[in-house]
Amino acid sequence: MNGPNTMTQQQLTQEERYLAAFHSFQKNGADRDPGWVYQLREAAIARFNVLGFPVARRGNEEWKYTDIRPIATTHFQPATGPAQLTLPPPELARLTFGHPEWSRIVFVDGVHSQQLSALAALPKGVTVLSLAQALVTHGDMVKQHMARYAPYESDAFTALNTAFVHDGAFVQVADGAVVEEPVHLLFLTTGRRQDTVAYPRVLILTGKNSKATVIESYAALDEGRSFTNTVTEVRMGPGSVLNYYKVQRQSQRAFHVSNTNVFNSTGASFNSVNLDLGGGLVRNNLNVLMGEEGCSCVLNGLYLLNGTQHVDNQVIIDHTSSYTTASELYKGILDGKSHSVFHGSIIVRKGIQKVNANQVDKNLLLSDQAEADTKPAFWIYSDDVKCGHGAACGQMDESALFYLKSRGMDDNLARRVLTRAFATQVIDSIENGAFRAAVDQIVQDKLLNWWEAGESR
Amino acid sequence: MLEVHNLHASIGDVEILKGINLRVNAGEVHAIMGPNGSGKSTLAYVLAGHPSYKATSGRALFDGKDLLPMLPENRARAGLFLSFQHPVEVPGVRFDEFMRAGFNALRKSRGVPEMGVLDFNKHLASKLGIVGMDATFTRRYVNEGFSGGEKKRGEILQMAILDPKLAILDETDSGLDVDALREVAQGINKLRRADNAILLVTHYQRILSYVIPDVVHVLIGGRIVKSGGKEMALEIETEGYDKYEDTAKAMKAGA
Repeated sequence: MNGPNTMTQQQLTQEERYLAAFHSFQKNGADRDPGWVYQLREAAIARFNVLGFPVARRGNEEWKYTDIRPIATTHFQPATGPAQLTLPPPELARLTFGHPEWSRIVFVDGVHSQQLSALAALPKGVTVLSLAQALVTHGDMVKQHMARYAPYESDAFTALNTAFVHDGAFVQVADGAVVEEPVHLLFLTTGRRQDTVAYPRVLILTGKNSKATVIESYAALDEGRSFTNTVTEVRMGPGSVLNYYKVQRQSQRAFHVSNTNVFNSTGASFNSVNLDLGGGLVRNNLNVLMGEEGCSCVLNGLYLLNGTQHVDNQVIIDHTSSYTTASELYKGILDGKSHSVFHGSIIVRKGIQKVNANQVDKNLLLSDQAEADTKPAFWIYSDDVKCGHGAACGQMDESALFYLKSRGMDDNLARRVLTRAFATQVIDSIENGAFRAAVDQIVQDKLLNWWEAGESR
Repeated sequence: MLEVHNLHASIGDVEILKGINLRVNAGEVHAIMGPNGSGKSTLAYVLAGHPSYKATSGRALFDGKDLLPMLPENRARAGLFLSFQHPVEVPGVRFDEFMRAGFNALRKSRGVPEMGVLDFNKHLASKLGIVGMDATFTRRYVNEGFSGGEKKRGEILQMAILDPKLAILDETDSGLDVDALREVAQGINKLRRADNAILLVTHYQRILSYVIPDVVHVLIGGRIVKSGGKEMALEIETEGYDKYEDTAKAMKAGA
């Protein structure tokens, strides 16, 4: 076998294909976009051409456990979105959470759908637009922030997304606005055409002392193969609070790569819950820059995997300012032959004081063939820090199992109750009650499906 | 109600119980007393069906049914209850949901319709007074962050909800201060009836001042070396287990 050689050739071919798609996109795609966007795309594709797709190999710690060759070797066509798509209310209800009257902006195969969006009753102080529209109406603001927090220079997928940047969601929360009701950004994959790639781009700007909740979800209308390469940038205003919930429930054949980059500012709190409830091959990069004094973040995550699903969460919290606090809890439930990767890095820069940081990743393995690779790490260049971390992978607690059985629950029910309980700590960290209940229900339904399918027995 | 004949049990390769004989009738409270390591908790676990404890020979009949081959959940459904010495923390499962799942599992097995959330919560609330708990208790995760006293009250509250025929109370008095002990013991007394029975496993006599036993058994080295009336508990309190050790040695030599 001349494996390595063949691989290189396939990659070159593949990257050339993206280059060709790029030139056609630049020419015909979005000719109304401003000149600076054109230049940004050119710079990004040039960078992608240099970086190439990352390769899982020894010495490349970032991609050690995740082999993206299935992405690199599939011939994806840029998604163009159907001109018209209507969904019956029950179908739409399945894709939304909590209350039907919550505002939402919907994208179908990467393209904004006015028809499915509901933005007429946006909460006061919140602006939600498609990115294409924001480039027209809020051009200066977008120019000031876009591509500033997501480094296309160092990440190939970010470079590729930036090269194709056109549509996505723009969310702005006004200074002092305190909004309880979540805004939902919904990205749908229809599977009407096989092997399409979409490049959603999200920009969230929170005003001074504001508070808001954003749900960013990805769902599929069928079980087809697709590739979603998404980039979200968040600029926290001083003293603001953002509850950011990312929900990925695409098809088991979907490829999903996300890069979420957050700049956290003075006294602000960024709280995220990352939920992976679907997808075939998934990689989430979450990078939070603790850029100004007194900011905090709580980054939680839950992944429920079965079959041959592979989900890789890479979380980097970079403390470049003093008096900053970070806490991180990721939990995974793995069945079948699924595979999870957690790679957490907490960096505390030289001369930074009074940092409090904690990270934990715990995995419950329901099958002998499931595998969880977990690696919480600290990079500390300061003395004045309090840090803790933990990681665990294990089977169900036998003593708890016996306790439940001694109260009359059979093995099946006892295991299901304990499996759900394992997820509860993360679900409980969702502040909004209606959304929390919706997520809890999705998790319970999913577990029940697994049990009924017999995989977990 | 419970008949144990020549029961032997092991953990791994180590034999702990070396021939237990016991007969508990409806309406009776039996105390099993013994020093540490005598096999008291093993007896409790073996009767409840803990998978780490293997009954190697002998029989146990519960209501005439052969207990030892039964799954732990089926023992519970048949009316056997174990109050744990160290109740297990189950973070993520609320006490009320936990109890409802167990309660309904029992009902379902008996062909009784399951009870809905609202009705069950009322039922649960009506039992809280037995152990002096308030309603906030039932919304907490099972045993997580509970004090020693709260854990034991929780166990007795579970006993009140599941209403077993035979309750095995394993060291229910351990870790309790005097006030908590009195309250938990009073709770147990409220649940005593002519048609149920209690097997109370304890190292110390003090809980027996509140829950008065009909029979006291002394368990040493995996064997019951003496059985007698409630006054035997007081003798042990003043004289210790030493005087029974000789009997135990003699039994071992004879075995």
